[in-house]
Amino acid sequence: MGSPVPVGEGSPGASVATSTSPGLRAPTRRGTELVMLAFAAGLVTLALILVELNQERSLSLRILYLGLAYLGLFACAHLAVRRWAPYADPAILPCVALLNGLGLVVIHRIDLALEGTVFPDGSTWDPVAFKQVIWTAIGLLLFAATLKFLSDHRTLARFGYTFGLVGLVALMLPGVLPGFIAPEINGAKIWLRIGPLSIQPGEFAKILLMVFFAAFLVSKRDLFTTAGRRFLGMDLPRARDLGPLFAAWGVTVAVMVLQKDLGSSLLFFGIVLVLLYVATERAAWVVLGLGLFTGGAIIAWKLFTHVQQRVANWQDPISRYDLIGGGYQISQSLFGLATGGIGGAGLGAGRPEMIPEANTDFITAVIGEELGFVGFAALLLIYMIFALRGLRSAIAVRDSFGKLLGGGLAFAVCFQVFIVVGGVTKLIPMTGITAPFLSYGGSSLLANYILVALLLRISAAARAPQRAPKPKPQQPAIADQHTVMVERPK
Amino acid sequence: MNTPLRRVGMAMMVMIILLLGNATWVQVINADEWRKNPYNRRVLLDEYARKRGLITVADGTVIADVKETTDRLRYLRTYNNGPVYAPVTGYLSVTYGTSGMERAENDLLNGSDDRLFARRVSALITGRDPVGGNVQLTLDSKVQQVAYDQLTAKGFTGSVVAIKPDTGEILAMVSTPSYDPNRLASHDGTEQQTAWKELTAKGNGNPLINRATQGLYPPGSTYKVVVAAAALADGKTKDSQYTAAGTINLPGTSNAPFPNFNGQPCGGGQTASMELALAKSCNTAFGEMAAQVGKSKLTTQSNKFGFNDSDLQVPLAVETSTLGAIQDEAALYQSGIGQRDVRVTPLQNAMVAATIANGGKRMQPYLVSKVLGPDLKPIDETEPDQVDTAMSTANANVLRDMMIQSELNTGGEGRLSNVQVASKTGTAEHGEKASENKPHAWYIAFAPAQKPEIAIAVIVEDGGDRGLGATGGKVAAPIGRAVMNAYLAGR
Repeated sequence: MGSPVPVGEGSPGASVATSTSPGLRAPTRRGTELVMLAFAAGLVTLALILVELNQERSLSLRILYLGLAYLGLFACAHLAVRRWAPYADPAILPCVALLNGLGLVVIHRIDLALEGTVFPDGSTWDPVAFKQVIWTAIGLLLFAATLKFLSDHRTLARFGYTFGLVGLVALMLPGVLPGFIAPEINGAKIWLRIGPLSIQPGEFAKILLMVFFAAFLVSKRDLFTTAGRRFLGMDLPRARDLGPLFAAWGVTVAVMVLQKDLGSSLLFFGIVLVLLYVATERAAWVVLGLGLFTGGAIIAWKLFTHVQQRVANWQDPISRYDLIGGGYQISQSLFGLATGGIGGAGLGAGRPEMIPEANTDFITAVIGEELGFVGFAALLLIYMIFALRGLRSAIAVRDSFGKLLGGGLAFAVCFQVFIVVGGVTKLIPMTGITAPFLSYGGSSLLANYILVALLLRISAAARAPQRAPKPKPQQPAIADQHTVMVERPK
Repeated sequence: MNTPLRRVGMAMMVMIILLLGNATWVQVINADEWRKNPYNRRVLLDEYARKRGLITVADGTVIADVKETTDRLRYLRTYNNGPVYAPVTGYLSVTYGTSGMERAENDLLNGSDDRLFARRVSALITGRDPVGGNVQLTLDSKVQQVAYDQLTAKGFTGSVVAIKPDTGEILAMVSTPSYDPNRLASHDGTEQQTAWKELTAKGNGNPLINRATQGLYPPGSTYKVVVAAAALADGKTKDSQYTAAGTINLPGTSNAPFPNFNGQPCGGGQTASMELALAKSCNTAFGEMAAQVGKSKLTTQSNKFGFNDSDLQVPLAVETSTLGAIQDEAALYQSGIGQRDVRVTPLQNAMVAATIANGGKRMQPYLVSKVLGPDLKPIDETEPDQVDTAMSTANANVLRDMMIQSELNTGGEGRLSNVQVASKTGTAEHGEKASENKPHAWYIAFAPAQKPEIAIAVIVEDGGDRGLGATGGKVAAPIGRAVMNAYLAGR
């Protein structure tokens, strides 16, 4: 670690070795990160071995190579962090690596179980684990690129409106484009099909819009607290100050609802609410937001049959077991979780393939079934560590935009986990959303790797030693100074 | 901004805690409700994926085997000589569940029984799949086969139960029409469905019912041995005299005749002895005898033979044999000849014969002689168990002698020439209009009379091939004799 490494914070000349203030020099903890990454790689390899054994496939050196390749991928990511964000939080990347690796193993496990299955429409199961490996590689490339080209997260704030506009367009694109480019899959029209690839622009739009909201709120922050009228014991900002925000918020959530992407609309609604709360420091916004949510939810429930279905499935999945769009999926998820019990069936030894969408929205149920409550709780705690480390970075970073964006990103991950896991375990109605880093799906993975890169960038800014303040010119006490003759202008 | 951020952090932790709490509820506290939900096929499929134990008969012949397969369920249950043993083995079907021994000994066969605990732990450590234990039955393959052949040769619907009197071992348990459990155990879902539809279709004679334990029939005249036992216990002897009238009116009625078979008087005199009445199966005498004994003593005697025991398991669950309400003296007369509301299972009637054969000591009947571990080492053995003393040995011997006379008075084919048999026949009317319905033919017996080694009960429903003219002696007795002969000849 002694080699000169450029430090973030836009000071290309400075390096760890030549840092001006030894007392402020913080450890980078990159070594810790590497050890934890190796640990994650070990766990993932072990998980893969268990799956192969329990599915009664012959073990070969291939697994070792796969494990090493996986370790290699994340070692590259580690090097990228080491080079471009050396002070980044050391726990975040290992958490992501473990989640991503576990996701790959489970996706592979579902592939094995459904191998050779012929569906009623005559198609056969198409293994997807390899595709997800490619997506992971691309995701890590994107991750490294973000770290390289975004040397200071504050740069993003300058393009707030641009990002917002691009985000909105990306979000709406699948909705307005014709069916051959933007097909409707599982009732939601949120995909774009370009050649062999399907992408969900909405996943990226989420991050773009978050940047916009954070930038917007930071720039207008003072106005919220000063100008405006008092209403119900609360200082409301002027409409023209908050107008763009509410417009973008409303449009976003409306688009998602119309695309029948309930999970995303709920997620996004929550994220903006939290950004608003953090920026204004007014709890009243949360109350107002929850009121809006309740109203919106009731209206959506009255208007849309698919919302009514989800609620009914949540209330009593068994009585709707045999209905189309009924409680079969959530029931299977609960059967799996309960049958797994405390210790789980063992990786590869359960029957999670009975759950429809086992490798996407319901992937956490697979882990709950095969690793049991113990594994399920561990999974939730990994997510919590990840999100809390992100939040800690947001608290520690010195600029408002970084705080707001970092807090928003960390909350986004946690809230998304809450929505999907809550749905899978029947805590809340199932809304259909991916589990970050676990679920099969390229767009979600890529977007989340950008999210992680942003969080690491912010955490690097928070943990990097501050540049020593410029030494003030030494001046003698006023009494000791020479008397200066001031000449009158002539 | 840090204060709200910290609060957001709290909210995040609350969300995770809510998820953890809910997961605890679903996976730990309330897990059983979801696990045992009938829609949850995971547990079932897991059981099927384990190597199930074998079911063998007394001589070690395997009647329920397993075969390894390449499909998802991994092991296929196969039944050898399926229809002969189906009433006992039952079936194991992914779609339709289990029945018979497959159900009664399911825990042991699928390896989750506590007696296999040590083996399960070692399987856990060695990483091998848990394997089920094996069940060895008391059935004698030769007796079972003869009983089955006898019933099916003429296409009879009925049942045969044979018991070893001094232990209670069930030597044969047959019910016809039977079925091939292999079809229900098939891993081909369509085959299972087709078989199930066929087997449950109306008019196919309910082959899935094990008549030996589930069929309740009026015992007819075979019940007279129980009435005689009650009378003997009440101080009467084989020479006690009863009416010999060919027909009497039921007490309390003016025009409800209660006739003997064909209305014939019981022997030549005014009265007939108990011995003669039993040998000739006189209804009038036994109606009177039942009335003299009274409802209470008759019930007590019946219970001592095993009636009204709702917990009887062999370990197949057995329907409870009952006397009915017996609300007046007329009902008592009718019950005295095993009509009215008296209902017995073939197994119960075999128990009556076996108890008399065993000197009045009723042994618990059982089908499982041994439980073996997966390695074929015995882990449990059933000990013969006397559950009651139904009669004194002296009275039992008296009743035995009277039953020897009854056998001598019984027609039908296949009499055993070299062995003395004690028996009682029955021709039980049933249904609303008795005269229009073909009677059930009964035969209960044991042999050799002086040192009994086998006791049997045979029922052939609806007169077998003789229709309205059927009697226990003509239809059921030949079957019973052949079964006893098969056992005694094979000793």
